[in-house]
Amino acid sequence: MTTSIETTPRRADAATSRYRTFMNRHSSLLPTFAAIVILLVLLVGAQIAFGNFITPRNLSSLLLDNAYLVILAVGMTFVIITGGIDLSVGSVMAFTGILCAKLLADGLPAIVVVPLMILGGAAIGLLIGVLVQYFDVQPFIASLAGLFLARGLSFVVSLSSIKVEDPAILWLQSTRFQLAGWYITPTGIIALLVVAIGVYVMQWTRFGRTIYAIGGSEQSARLMGLPVARTKVLVYVISGVCGGLAGLVLTAYSGAGYPLNGVGTELDAIAAVVIGGTILTGGSGYVLGSLIGVLVYGTITSVISFMGAEQSWTRIIIGALLLLFIVVQRVIVSRADRRR
Amino acid sequence: MKKILRHRLFWPTAALIALIALNTASRPSFLSITVRDGELYGSLIDILRNSAPLMLVALGMTVVIATRGIDLSVGAIMAVSGAVALTIIDTSDSPNSLGTVAVAIGVGVLVSLVLGVWNGFLVAVLGIQPIIATLVLMLAGRGIALLITEGFITTVNSDPYKFMSQGYVVGLPFAFFVSIAAIVIIAIVERRTALGVLTESVGINPVASRLAGVRSRGIIWGAYVASGVLAGIAGILYSSNIMAADANAAGLYIELYAILAVVLGGTALTGGKFTIAGTVIGVFTIQTLTSTITFLGVPPAASPVFMASVVIVVVLIQSPRVHRLARNIGRSLRSRSTPRNAEVAS
Repeated sequence: MTTSIETTPRRADAATSRYRTFMNRHSSLLPTFAAIVILLVLLVGAQIAFGNFITPRNLSSLLLDNAYLVILAVGMTFVIITGGIDLSVGSVMAFTGILCAKLLADGLPAIVVVPLMILGGAAIGLLIGVLVQYFDVQPFIASLAGLFLARGLSFVVSLSSIKVEDPAILWLQSTRFQLAGWYITPTGIIALLVVAIGVYVMQWTRFGRTIYAIGGSEQSARLMGLPVARTKVLVYVISGVCGGLAGLVLTAYSGAGYPLNGVGTELDAIAAVVIGGTILTGGSGYVLGSLIGVLVYGTITSVISFMGAEQSWTRIIIGALLLLFIVVQRVIVSRADRRR
Repeated sequence: MKKILRHRLFWPTAALIALIALNTASRPSFLSITVRDGELYGSLIDILRNSAPLMLVALGMTVVIATRGIDLSVGAIMAVSGAVALTIIDTSDSPNSLGTVAVAIGVGVLVSLVLGVWNGFLVAVLGIQPIIATLVLMLAGRGIALLITEGFITTVNSDPYKFMSQGYVVGLPFAFFVSIAAIVIIAIVERRTALGVLTESVGINPVASRLAGVRSRGIIWGAYVASGVLAGIAGILYSSNIMAADANAAGLYIELYAILAVVLGGTALTGGKFTIAGTVIGVFTIQTLTSTITFLGVPPAASPVFMASVVIVVVLIQSPRVHRLARNIGRSLRSRSTPRNAEVAS
């Protein structure tokens, strides 16, 4: 406000200063931009290397093969933005999946089974949320208990895989809406819907803004009179619900429930969220970024299978990417601190 | 009596004794130890032997947690060191020679030391959150182990290597001596030198201890290196137990069990004060619990549910809110004439 008026800055200066203002106000967007750049580089690089990578068919399957991970990552984004973590999502997905297959095999109709799955996921999420909020248990430990619990319950339901023959569930995967080579299945639509709802809730509702406020500073959020306790519990419930939905999608995708599904998937989901630009200390991140993160993950997997290389490279490359993003975030955070 | 009750190791020890009592009640043979060819056998001996990998990992984890950190990569480091050692033995001409085995173990531990240095670098020098910094290696480590074994489960026949986990020295399993050695070394280094106090000060308040002239960077770095090395030795013990390097199964979930053992022993995850004796008791508790689960007839499938219940009960017991609640109930019981006291206190 105190800048002198008589010096008219040249156009180049105006451009850089506008750029700088944008960067200062939206520095939290930077990691997500980086993720988009990496996704584009990966896609273009694969196209140049293989010649037939960017095809409607391939890109469609990128979404469909990772639909369950998209849903898990959206739930995880909510939790991580509050500054927490949810290790239970992979097991919750396995538990609801095997529960679904078992109940369907017992003759229950899908219209009863699907709400039960979502409720099962929500119940485990509620347990974790209550432990975190009302008993001051660290999110890491509380969700670890959730991980063991859900994994054990899925073994209790069944030890071996159960085939799903219910037409309604199979319809979710077998139906293909096609448009000029592009196609999408109802499972893909569910995943995109979850992303859309996630974006809406995070950006445009009171609840979503409260989540950002808690991640920024829980103390301040409480002093502002925001419903911290309720929001923190609900965030874990949302993650549990996403786990239940992912169980449904994965069961439809694989046509069976299996109690060993999703071992280590929680790590993939966390990696995707971090690659998508959400900062693990909370307070900053985007649901759309997590979608990008999952797509980066999926692209790496399919590039490696195109190359015919060992899938063990996937984990190494994901680890390396994770490291890259953490260092980028670290730089951004320390620059933001210095400005303060 | 009050002093005993107040001692921080009281509850962990009580839990362990209760577990052992429960086992003995349900099957009296639990406590019996038989001697065969000068070697001891029995459930308790099995617990001593099988707890060795977890013991090593949990000791390293205790030191890391004391610095306010956490090391998620221990399972992956176990997989890598086992894979390295077994690949060396597998490709050598004389898998039974003591020299080959020594080289294999040496290289395996050296690799895990490098991985520990890497974790420490990320946390202490780059200042990355420990959960995330070690998550990198947790994800990538198993991939590296799979590359080393070329995607297969490497199996070998080597008597000296087998001795590591299955051999006996003066009637007791060799693996038990390895964990005793680790306990003694860690206890001496942390408790008989100033290092333990410095570690606690870094964990309690990193900024204040740096201002007081404590070299927190070196101490934190050292903690991760120690954790890496111990995990490496644990990986070698594990692979020698099954005589195979399974990159996917080696040390799976051991980081979670190790953290659980540390918390059970009474070291808080928020860092600072730590207790090595507590961790030792925590490890034995978990190992006894695992064998209890098997012998009580709980189907192995349901054992994670059992584990989850234990975790929840333990964290609830440590939770300040439950303490307050218990205190209030106690007070209102004592002063029943004025029940309002409890409400005021809460």
